[in-house]
Amino acid sequence: MNPYVPIIAVGAIGFGFGLISLAAGALTGPKRYNRAKLEAYECGIEPSPQAQGGGRFPIKYFLTAMLFIIFDIEIVFLYPWAVTFDQLGVFGLIEMALFILTVFVAYVYVWRRGGLEWD
Amino acid sequence: MTGFVTPKLEYVALLPMLIIFAGAIIGVLVEAFAKQSLRKFIHSLLTPTTLLLALFQVFANKDLVTTNAAINSVVIDGPVIIAQGTILILTLISLLFILDVDSFAPEASALPGSEEERKALAIGKQQTEIFPLLLFSVAGMMLFPAANDLITLFIALEVLSLPLYLMAGLSRRRRLFSQESAMKYFLLGAYSSAFFIFGAAFLYGYSGSIQFSQIRSAVVGSSGNDVLLLIGIVFLSVGLLFKVGAVPFHAWTPDVYQGAPTPITGFMAAVTKVAAFLAVLRIFYTVLDGAIWQWRPLLTAVAILTMVVGSVVALVQRDVKRMLAYSSIAHAGFLLTGVIAFNKAGLESSLFYLLAYGIATLGAFGIITLIQDSQGEVTDLNRWAGLGKKSPAIASAFAFFLLTFAGIPLTSGFIGKFSIFSAAYESGNIAVVVVGVLTSALAAFFYIRVIVLMFFTDAKDATVTVTLPTLRSSIAVWGTAFLTLILGVLPNSTLSFIENLAIFTR
Repeated sequence: MNPYVPIIAVGAIGFGFGLISLAAGALTGPKRYNRAKLEAYECGIEPSPQAQGGGRFPIKYFLTAMLFIIFDIEIVFLYPWAVTFDQLGVFGLIEMALFILTVFVAYVYVWRRGGLEWD
Repeated sequence: MTGFVTPKLEYVALLPMLIIFAGAIIGVLVEAFAKQSLRKFIHSLLTPTTLLLALFQVFANKDLVTTNAAINSVVIDGPVIIAQGTILILTLISLLFILDVDSFAPEASALPGSEEERKALAIGKQQTEIFPLLLFSVAGMMLFPAANDLITLFIALEVLSLPLYLMAGLSRRRRLFSQESAMKYFLLGAYSSAFFIFGAAFLYGYSGSIQFSQIRSAVVGSSGNDVLLLIGIVFLSVGLLFKVGAVPFHAWTPDVYQGAPTPITGFMAAVTKVAAFLAVLRIFYTVLDGAIWQWRPLLTAVAILTMVVGSVVALVQRDVKRMLAYSSIAHAGFLLTGVIAFNKAGLESSLFYLLAYGIATLGAFGIITLIQDSQGEVTDLNRWAGLGKKSPAIASAFAFFLLTFAGIPLTSGFIGKFSIFSAAYESGNIAVVVVGVLTSALAAFFYIRVIVLMFFTDAKDATVTVTLPTLRSSIAVWGTAFLTLILGVLPNSTLSFIENLAIFTR
């Protein structure tokens, strides 16, 4: 058997599951709309009103998301290092310390510039 | 399972780049901890010191036998040494304008005339983040020509591009225009990066390796599927030619060059071209040399198109910055003839051309920052009329740079154009040379039109003045003019220096 067949099968099942669930919901479910249902979902809080004065909007979530990426990238490199820690030895330790220090500089910059203050 | 071995990093060969990165990171810490009023002063010492240290180290590495550093992902050979030296020298010159001219918004995110803007001006806030950004960009540019595998090449491309996107949007005057240009640059740049990485994936699929040396042997042995190779070459070229600003990937150039703060425009036009062209030369000379009959017709078409479009469209421009942007597109076409030449003379003349063109470009964009009225820089060509009578010295310097772009004898532009066209002629690519010479003549027309406008037309606008803020600008303007003259009159020592070093290692 071609090794790609199981992958295609899994893909087809996944696609079909999504399609069938949506179709079943649309066909069988009751359709009662109210105001809350029609609102955009924004992390469980009330959607922001229209931006005031020149179309500006708060970027608090954006900053948090960017900050998350700093640590996200750090973790991506920490895992392989943890796995090969024994083989890389002192070299790996020093290089990772330098890397984490560099990442930390970005974090310190955000902190000093008030990126961690919510209001 | 194979074990992991501690990699050997050739720190000495990498030192110039490490110095720049370290300087940039210290710059970020300065931004974080130093007092607002002290930041610009600290940066004005830190940034040039970093660049000078790196330049010193590049020259110390000159006699290093060609090294592959960091497990073969970086190669330091003669052309890389020259490119890194050129990048650092040009950055030092452009730093003189960046430090001197107050063309950056203190609070770039604030709308002009808004409350935030007034507050920032009231406390005397200055834009200082530009300095670490500049250093990060320079570090990427130094790595770009030295990359020896596709991943490193891509990382270097992003490191050099991302700060440039930001810096393009920091203009103090015509803020929204500047932000628009930054947005355009970012979106198109991201799009071209996608092409680039797609091409890299195809080359990996073709050769089974990201290492340049192994891709090369796969191409020479033509062991893989040729369709993959061709798609790979085309897509990778799209990514690289975008950075270079070659037609048909040039559409961003005039908008971004016009919208970005003028000292940054100079930096982009001069220094980015050095990095991008060296990478183009390395890829086509050492990686894809086995596929020359596939890429040469492609690049010939692009080069001819670039020269023609750049020169013809520049004729009708009414804005100095836009005119120089189209002129830079035309110059990208001239430089592509050096790639098409595919011989040692082509490499040498490209390196010389990049240095000569970079110096003259910095000088020309630097002078634009000095021509001002009460609203800031004046870039409308009509208002430049009669400048030669107001300030003969500055107007003469600008005229001299324009003559350099046109390639008139006794300027560095002539030596550059002559050597690059003769390299292409030697290799038998007559068509490209003929188009190059004809478009050079055409381009000379619009350069000379500006000179006539400056010297033989009466001033219509009395509000336009020439301001020289401090000694730094004067040094930069006259220094670049002097270097352009020296490279035009006595080019031999530079040419022989380049000749000795300019050998790619494979």
